[in-house]
Amino acid sequence: MACERIRSHSAAQIGLGLVTGFVFGFLLQKGGVTNYDVIIGQLLLTDFTVVKIMLSAIVVGMIGIFLMKSAGLVRLHIARGSWGATVAGGLIFGTGFAVLGYCPGTAAAAFGSGALDALIGMVGIAIGAGIFARLYPALDRSILKKGTFPADTIPEVIGVKPGIVAVGVIVLIIGLLYLLAVAGL
Amino acid sequence: MIEWFTMARWSPYIVGAGIGILIWTAFLLSDRPLGCSTAYAKSAGMVESVFSRKKCEQMPYYQKVTPTVDWQWILVIGLIAGAFLSAYLSGTFTILIVPPFFAEAFGTDAILRSAMALAGGVLLGLGARWAGGCTSGHGISGTLQLSLASWVAAICFFAAGIIVAGLIYGFSFI
Repeated sequence: MACERIRSHSAAQIGLGLVTGFVFGFLLQKGGVTNYDVIIGQLLLTDFTVVKIMLSAIVVGMIGIFLMKSAGLVRLHIARGSWGATVAGGLIFGTGFAVLGYCPGTAAAAFGSGALDALIGMVGIAIGAGIFARLYPALDRSILKKGTFPADTIPEVIGVKPGIVAVGVIVLIIGLLYLLAVAGL
Repeated sequence: MIEWFTMARWSPYIVGAGIGILIWTAFLLSDRPLGCSTAYAKSAGMVESVFSRKKCEQMPYYQKVTPTVDWQWILVIGLIAGAFLSAYLSGTFTILIVPPFFAEAFGTDAILRSAMALAGGVLLGLGARWAGGCTSGHGISGTLQLSLASWVAAICFFAAGIIVAGLIYGFSFI
């Protein structure tokens, strides 16, 4: 299949990575989320741009991925989480998110828009990732596998077919986006 | 058509839909979710290998996340370039260190802002690798696959983010 040849062609993948990043950066900048004020505004719950972008991406992405999955064109990429890895790591990440005011993707895009504090943040992210790599063997032995989740996906947890859960989540998200718009947020 | 590219802001729904379509192509053509934080771990590994290639190769994490230039790493270079072009076309490219909202609350001290940016960055990098993904890898690509870990991670990102931003600036809703 043509996709398989592209997927295993390393030069093509580097080109695709560059183009994908380029379009992603262009979109993030046009969306306004390269702006510290907009991201902090989301965390202060005064500006809902970040949530609107994320939820719209989830809806559109989910429709395509589930349709392509059922056609056998793509496979899912899901890793099992745990309290020790997902929750602890997520809370550390959220703290950094508020202190820096960008996330790893928007920091790169903010730097491209001229924000030098985002460049300093990018250096910090690499340092933090390097610290994790150093600690990884010890963390892996201790906290990361603590309280492993009972399943990989939400459909497995609630025992409902993935397609039905997907439709339900899409309806809920569209409802939430509608409420945000009606509330003028 | 050209006015579209020179506009300063697009509707968040259009931007989100565009990111959703980008995730289709990433899955289809690269068999990958769209995530950013792996690239930073790769960069850290590249720095480690400059000091000691052998030691870096022996570190278990860099055997998992190899410090090589590939799709995942170059994505971040593309992000910078794409955002630059967008900002340049709309005339919003501005060099700054202290964002306006931060300056209003804490003044225009570039050292203070830089120190916070560095500290925040370290926590982000540590937390992203700890949780196995960031706002894009877990927050968008993972949640849309209905991954349990990604939904939990995204909730934790925002729960901690909302609390810490509130502690820094004061809670707007109290």
